[in-house]
Amino acid sequence: MTADTIPADTVVNVPDAPGKRSSLGNILTITKREVSGYFASPVAYVFIVIFLLLAGFFTFMVSDFFDRGQASLVMFFAWHPWLYLFLVPAVGMRMWSEERRLGTIELLLTMPVTPWQAIVGKFLASWIVLILALALTFPLVITVNYLGNPDNGIIVAGYVGSVLLSGAYLSIAAMTSAMTRNQVVSFILSVVLCLFLILAGWPPVTDLLVHWANPWFVQAISAFSVMAHFDAIQKGVLDSRDLLYFISVIVFCLFTTSVILRTHRAG
Amino acid sequence: MIEVQNLTKAFGAKLAVNDISFTVQRGQVLGFLGPNGAGKTTTMRMITGFIPPTAGDVVVGGFNIERDPIAAKRLIGYLPENAPSYTDMTVRGFLNFAAELRGFRGAEKTRAVERVVEMCFLGSVLHQSVETLSKGFRHRTCFAQSIIHDPAVLILDEPTDGLDPNQKHEVRTLIRQMGEKKAIIFSTHILEEVEAVCSRAIIIDSGKIVANGTPAELKQKSTLAGAVTVRFANGDPASMKSKLSALSSGERLTILSEAPTAARIYPKNNGARGELAAEIGQLAARENWQIEELHTEEGRLDEVFRTITLPETAPRKS
Ligand SMILES: Nc1ncnc2c1ncn2[C@@H]1O[C@H](COP(=O)(O)OP(=O)(O)OP(=O)(O)O)[C@@H](O)[C@H]1O
Ligand SMILES: [Mg+2]
Repeated sequence: MTADTIPADTVVNVPDAPGKRSSLGNILTITKREVSGYFASPVAYVFIVIFLLLAGFFTFMVSDFFDRGQASLVMFFAWHPWLYLFLVPAVGMRMWSEERRLGTIELLLTMPVTPWQAIVGKFLASWIVLILALALTFPLVITVNYLGNPDNGIIVAGYVGSVLLSGAYLSIAAMTSAMTRNQVVSFILSVVLCLFLILAGWPPVTDLLVHWANPWFVQAISAFSVMAHFDAIQKGVLDSRDLLYFISVIVFCLFTTSVILRTHRAG
Repeated sequence: MIEVQNLTKAFGAKLAVNDISFTVQRGQVLGFLGPNGAGKTTTMRMITGFIPPTAGDVVVGGFNIERDPIAAKRLIGYLPENAPSYTDMTVRGFLNFAAELRGFRGAEKTRAVERVVEMCFLGSVLHQSVETLSKGFRHRTCFAQSIIHDPAVLILDEPTDGLDPNQKHEVRTLIRQMGEKKAIIFSTHILEEVEAVCSRAIIIDSGKIVANGTPAELKQKSTLAGAVTVRFANGDPASMKSKLSALSSGERLTILSEAPTAARIYPKNNGARGELAAEIGQLAARENWQIEELHTEEGRLDEVFRTITLPETAPRKS
């Protein structure tokens, strides 16, 4: 038999004729598996419960939600960069490290899927879990609308910002989880990286920095921070530059993930 | 179907696979043998596109695994070493997932899953989580995944590892049957398996092919091949010994036991097959020795394997 022809009987039972398998189909299959993986273990439930408890605690106990006499969710969203700092890496740490530990990465990447489909599929699954937890805070929206007359446009922007923020953190967690088969190492690395993204633009730190560094340098650094972009969106302005920032972080980190995975496979 | 050309893989300075070339046609089952760390798994990982080769090419069904990975991977079914699977899924969930990635939907998917469940005897654990399966069942689940799309090319890394004797037998039978229509490569440390299943075997050692042939050809390389073992019921050991060692087509004699005498006579290198046995028969008839057993040795794969992969101990053994 010559190498470049496949006899007709080869394809009898193989429905993957080109075109029939869309890359979206592969991504969705992987996303579905990952989401069910989260809910098969306690990870997703534990995360959702802790997220809701902490969000409630910070909003009501620490920030005096009721005493401020304002109908808005500003105090709720203000805590998200800190809340996500630990919770998002906890959700994302298993993404690739578990795959490497179990050896299933060898199965996944020898299936007829591209590494990108796998990376995006897994990322979306974790993001869905995060978004689901966030969606479960809807009683807050109902409450403020019941108590007063909030600007619901700002609330929607707040949710959009929060979703983008969790996506950015999650892409960092995806990247660090590709570096190691150890989930704990992956967790710590991503917390450190996310913390850097917060601190670079956090007023107490930038105020300190201006005393000994060039102001434009401080500005350049803080442009990399999630804080300025997150705050801008929280004010209700969906500026394309802020959206672009979050999308760039996600794309960059997922691209780095693919590079890390490829480097690792090359040995 | 599978063409491997000058395949090389270096991990740092270490050459795990060193310039390996071979082809496997449809209808062939290639056994992959070699000591631990020889490079079998590394070779298979390169063929299936999991790791990129340092040099060389792999072409599967006409598709280069590096330039056209998706098309090549569609043709391949792969059982990785240690049979990994998602432990948080049920067997059915796992097989459904594999079937979906292979492009099956709806009723087609159900049929594909049912087919492999039956072939791999997974019916009793279908709804059990993979985590709680015994090792053998886990292995079979992963094996089932590899044949779910009835692939034209099957790469199996130690497919019978951890299976009970019945299941080993089933899997061998399956491989032999599937080998009639597919191109199969499988690695193993069980040499009987090679004789039972393979149409060809390759022995690799330190990343290089050191032997390549049919199991019968490989056995011919054994020092034992062609030797005649004979056992007599009567006769005087001393005279037997001298007369047997004087045979014209015999090279060397080992006494296996005395009174009753059993001996193994090795043929001269140029002797025709059967010549030595015939000569012993004639001698016994002349001397009135009663033969209880006489047979020509086929040669043994394990001996060949040892001789080839442990060169430094080979002289002492023969
Ligand atoms: N990712 C890696 N990085 C560095 N060295 C590696 C890597 N993978 C394999 N090796 C080395 O390559 C060599 C070949 O390993 P391989 O797993 O292919 O052996 P094998 O023939 O499958 O052995 P076994 O019979 O034990 O399964 C070994 O020396 C191994 O240590
Ligand atoms: Mg191996």
